[in-house]
Amino acid sequence: MRQAQKGCTSGIITPMPELFSRWKEGLARSSKATFGRLAGLFGATEIKPDTWDELEALLIQADLGLETTASVIEALRGGVRTGGLTRASELQSLLEAELLARLDPPPALEFPAKPAVILLVGVNGSGKTTTIAKLGRRFADDGKRVLLVAADTFRAAAVDQLQVWAGRLNLPIIAGQMGSDPGAVVYDGIQSAVTKGYDLALVDTAGRLHTRYNLMEELKKVQRVAGKALAGAPHAVWLVLDATTGQNALAQARAFKQAVSVTGIILAKLDTSARGGMAFAIQRELGLPILFAGLGEKPEDLTPFDPEAFVKGIMNS
Amino acid sequence: MFETLTGRLNQVFDGLRRRGKLSEADVDAAMREVRLALLEADVHYSVVKSFIARVRERSVGAEVSKALNPGQQVVKIVNEELIGTLGGPAPLNLAGQKPRTIMLVGLQGSGKTTAAGKLANFLRSRGERVFLVAGDPYRPAAAEQLRTLGRQLDVPVFFEAEVPPPELAARAFEQASKGGYTVVIVDTAGRSQLDDALMGELQAIVRKVPPAETLLVVDAMIGQEALHVAEGFRDAVPLTGLIMTKMDGDARGGAAISIRSVTGVPIKFIGTGEKLDALEAFQPERLASRILGMGDMLGLIEKAEAAFDEKQAQKQAERLAKGEFTLEDLLEMMRSSKKMGPLGQMADMLPGEMGRAARNVPPEEMERSFKRTEAIISSMTPLERRSPDVLNAGRRRRIAGGSGLEVQDVNRLVKQFREMQKLMKTIQKTGGRNLGRMFG
Repeated sequence: MRQAQKGCTSGIITPMPELFSRWKEGLARSSKATFGRLAGLFGATEIKPDTWDELEALLIQADLGLETTASVIEALRGGVRTGGLTRASELQSLLEAELLARLDPPPALEFPAKPAVILLVGVNGSGKTTTIAKLGRRFADDGKRVLLVAADTFRAAAVDQLQVWAGRLNLPIIAGQMGSDPGAVVYDGIQSAVTKGYDLALVDTAGRLHTRYNLMEELKKVQRVAGKALAGAPHAVWLVLDATTGQNALAQARAFKQAVSVTGIILAKLDTSARGGMAFAIQRELGLPILFAGLGEKPEDLTPFDPEAFVKGIMNS
Repeated sequence: MFETLTGRLNQVFDGLRRRGKLSEADVDAAMREVRLALLEADVHYSVVKSFIARVRERSVGAEVSKALNPGQQVVKIVNEELIGTLGGPAPLNLAGQKPRTIMLVGLQGSGKTTAAGKLANFLRSRGERVFLVAGDPYRPAAAEQLRTLGRQLDVPVFFEAEVPPPELAARAFEQASKGGYTVVIVDTAGRSQLDDALMGELQAIVRKVPPAETLLVVDAMIGQEALHVAEGFRDAVPLTGLIMTKMDGDARGGAAISIRSVTGVPIKFIGTGEKLDALEAFQPERLASRILGMGDMLGLIEKAEAAFDEKQAQKQAERLAKGEFTLEDLLEMMRSSKKMGPLGQMADMLPGEMGRAARNVPPEEMERSFKRTEAIISSMTPLERRSPDVLNAGRRRRIAGGSGLEVQDVNRLVKQFREMQKLMKTIQKTGGRNLGRMFG
């Protein structure tokens, strides 16, 4: 099941058709929940006050939050005024453009360092361990030599969970004992990656609520230890966000960015009925790019973030 | 960003000093703010709409009580409606023939397995003989996770690899019956409500082992989708209750309102930490004020009450009522607040700006400052503690020497103490009515 994909400069770009069908498949599972909501809205003949209310309802229900919703609607109203639009159906492409304008395409991922150390962080239950397994497979498929580092020594059986994945994906793993110091595991993992010449070390950390002072301090320590094990490490810190999260997602991203300088976001569980609209606020306020989207439970269900597919998911068209 | 609703409503009503009935225009302005507060708390759009309609109806023409300003009056109505919607606390239904089955269902990562462990711990402390069932064969090591929790609790965990969950639940139930267990807790795999195959599996479990309780486990941080998630699970299995997890974070938990509105099932527990005893009975008043962004003052007060020596507190309250507040009281308050638990956790319960400010102070630093204050007061004579007015330069030098600190530290404490004394006097005069400003 591991097919090599060669010739990708960034090492992670999946051919577009495959990506699109995967994304569609993931969204197909969720589309029935809200299908038709927008069709009804944009099928209407002319733009009425109700149209704006319904548009607001749509965006808020996709978790875009009050500020983003207000700014999108304001922009659309402006477009209607200056563009002389009168039909609701004409709003659709305008909305799509407005939403797209608020998302950066994911930057190409390049890791000059060898090994490059990537730290995955996030609150409890956001999907870090599953995501790390998926990332491991993706990078390995791209021909990288990947080492998994299981440094969630707190949650019961978190280490076992990643070990099972490592076995299934045939990836090497350095794992800590439950209750042991996560910093020590990270140190061992990175050293092993250095001596054995791996390209990438993917580090799983324990889930922690961003409001827990001591746990955030522990995470900072893990980050410092990584730097001691290898100068420049971690080379990337990715925050795994559950796409079903509401307004709290921004607070999470803010706190993790402040603590460990998060460099990118992974939106997990986007195959559920949730739309992940908080990505807009995170992009706007924190300037953090969305790198990947989790679209299912299988190891291959992780794709580079595609703003167009994401916006289509919100529009459900 | 999250001002308290009271603060915002006070702004709306600013300059509106008149008393009497609330006009329609007043209420409209207020409802805009209430709506924003609820949407910021992740209450579902449609639920907010109907909620606002109810509150508006009650508010227009409502007599403003003498004790309250119009903003507070509206908050009072909103609060009452929220508490009404959230419903009263409901105990677990453990009637019927033993063993009774409790099934936990929910999305991936909502916290089912941890909640299973916490419930087991809670029920065992109530004298039940608990039997855990690891009904998640899909997520790698999910069963191992429950086994680990079971070992910590000394509760047996049933799991057989390769056995479909409905059959597994049936076998577990049989074994629990034979073993004389009184409660069987079935942990199930996380699933999306849109996954027909997996929802069918839940129905099959229910047919094999009809649960006394089917509890939906929901992450407090969930957004607007909470409504559809709850609908999906409600349509598939007979839900009897809700557990809100990760309530120790700063999410406002508005999903509880949405889920209550669509399912009508009571909220039974809230999860407040990673430890196995961090499971609390649900209290509507607390959740209501949290959803409104007013912090969990009730929780804080309760913790304070639990930590206080009642007689001591009585004496203190009497003195405070007379407007007497001494350094001895301060020392006593600090000592009891230490008993309330980790300072970081208390900061999470404080509303708005205060909570944020408190979270920014590292707990170690707070502990250090506590220790310094304690050392200074301990170096004072009883007279100095009761009447700090006698603290001249010579006395301050002596106290600084005695506590191993500088004279400036002593001066700072005395200054802070004066400010607190002033605050206490204000509270005493107004009955705390202006205290809201502190939380604005």
